[in-house]
Amino acid sequence: MHFFYHAGRYFSLLTKVFSKPERHKVYVKRLFSEIDALGVNTVGLVVIISIFMGGIITLQVAYNMQNPFLPSYLIGLGNRDTLILEFSSTILGLILAGKIGSNITSEIGSMRVTEQIDSLEIMGVNPASYLILPKIVAVVFIFPFLYVISVFFGLIGGLLVGPGVGAITAAEYLNGVQYLFNPHYVGFSMVKSLVFGFLVSSIPAYFGYFVEGGAFEVGAASTRAVVTTNILILIWDLILTQLLM
Amino acid sequence: MIRVENIIKSFDSKMVLKGITTEFQKGQTNLIIGRSGSGKTVLLKSIVGLHEVDQGEIYYDDRNFTRMKMKERKRLRQEMGMVFQGGALFDSLTVAENVRFPMDMFTNQTAKEKEERVAYCLDRVNIKPEAFRLSPAEISGGMQKRVAIARAIVLNPKYLFCDEPNSGLDPETSLVIDSLIHDLTVDLNMTTIINTHDMNSVMEIGDKILFISEGEMGWIGSKSEILHAKNKKLEEFVFANRQYKEMRDARIENGS
Ligand SMILES: Nc1ncnc2c1ncn2[C@@H]1O[C@H](COP(=O)(O)OP(=O)(O)OP(=O)(O)O)[C@@H](O)[C@H]1O
Ligand SMILES: [Mg+2]
Repeated sequence: MHFFYHAGRYFSLLTKVFSKPERHKVYVKRLFSEIDALGVNTVGLVVIISIFMGGIITLQVAYNMQNPFLPSYLIGLGNRDTLILEFSSTILGLILAGKIGSNITSEIGSMRVTEQIDSLEIMGVNPASYLILPKIVAVVFIFPFLYVISVFFGLIGGLLVGPGVGAITAAEYLNGVQYLFNPHYVGFSMVKSLVFGFLVSSIPAYFGYFVEGGAFEVGAASTRAVVTTNILILIWDLILTQLLM
Repeated sequence: MIRVENIIKSFDSKMVLKGITTEFQKGQTNLIIGRSGSGKTVLLKSIVGLHEVDQGEIYYDDRNFTRMKMKERKRLRQEMGMVFQGGALFDSLTVAENVRFPMDMFTNQTAKEKEERVAYCLDRVNIKPEAFRLSPAEISGGMQKRVAIARAIVLNPKYLFCDEPNSGLDPETSLVIDSLIHDLTVDLNMTTIINTHDMNSVMEIGDKILFISEGEMGWIGSKSEILHAKNKKLEEFVFANRQYKEMRDARIENGS
């Protein structure tokens, strides 16, 4: 079946990826450049999206709770827990699957169709490890940071927008943000973001590595990679929530 | 020397190589010729192990490549250089970095030694120092091919493989590339295998020629024999260009 074929090929690629790199120095250099390209360049996007989403979640919660019997701290608390539990891990993962994932598929895919991967192979370099390992390590490493950045700026977004439009006072909001804080939620989401980081890098790398054809196929593979990554993120979200909550 | 014995390769149900047996000599430019789709690229990629053959053996100076483990193959590959049809330069690296790359991966030379070697190899293929810092996208197709050749020879390989080194180049540049590959082959005493369907190359540098047709061995010989070969398919291939028919007829008239 199709699924088993892909799964088998994916895991056999991973064993190639996780074999010992030829050159330590070259690997470390590649790792830092990938952290820069895939991670640091994503921070801006994460900040912007998180500020907006934090603001919007805060407004939504506030407008849905215009009932004097509901305590106002629920607004800050609602924003905080949405960010910590789902938005900054899962939704951010879905968004970054689009940005980082399509980048990885198209880069590796075009190297495949222009025979650059064959070229590495002929030199005696393990192309899977050389190209993919630094990407996976970089993305898995950077994801928890992006998670923390996202939660932080999401909370800032709520603080700017909530009091800004007069839905809540800054004091009420901050009070809510600190109310009944459960550190376990953060740990849980950290685990999720590590898993999502692995998916967002390894799945698109797989799709790129096995492209056949030309530019058209690389484009098609990018789309398939992003869709597949998104579905797997949601499935893993379900599994991890069931296992860890 | 490279020897292939009865290699067979299929994709799904389609047999592309139907039992090829031949030898490629050291210090010579060995050409694989044939029409588009005859299996030249598949043969070359099978010889270097980018395709696994279904059957048959490949020997590199009596070392059985087909039976080697991945680790041994990787070591042997450091003795190989390959120039791909499109050049296959790494587009994230500059011209000089491309040529330096195999040294970075496999040698412990100092930065200065590497730099000198890069300059030497690029000079050998007539790339001017001004171009060293450019990216592959910024140089012409002919230059890309030449940089690819420089990269392929930087570790002094014993075996050089070129898949259609002339495709997409004008006749004059093709000639330059051909004689470059031929000279390097002789100077470095490499076993060189070149895929081509360019009759000009055949007549220039065809020390040994293997003609394949639909995955089967059609004819083996040298450039001095090819015009007089008695092989229907080969004649169709060679004389598709009228110039060579005239050349043959002229030779016959002169009694040579
Ligand atoms: N990866 C592959 N999967 C399936 N079929 C393939 C594959 N590679 C090549 N073929 C088939 O093998 C045959 C020979 O192809 P090959 O690329 O070797 O031709 P060629 O002689 O190099 O042609 P050209 O001169 O156009 O480069 C073709 O019919 C092609 O469809
Ligand atoms: Mg070909």
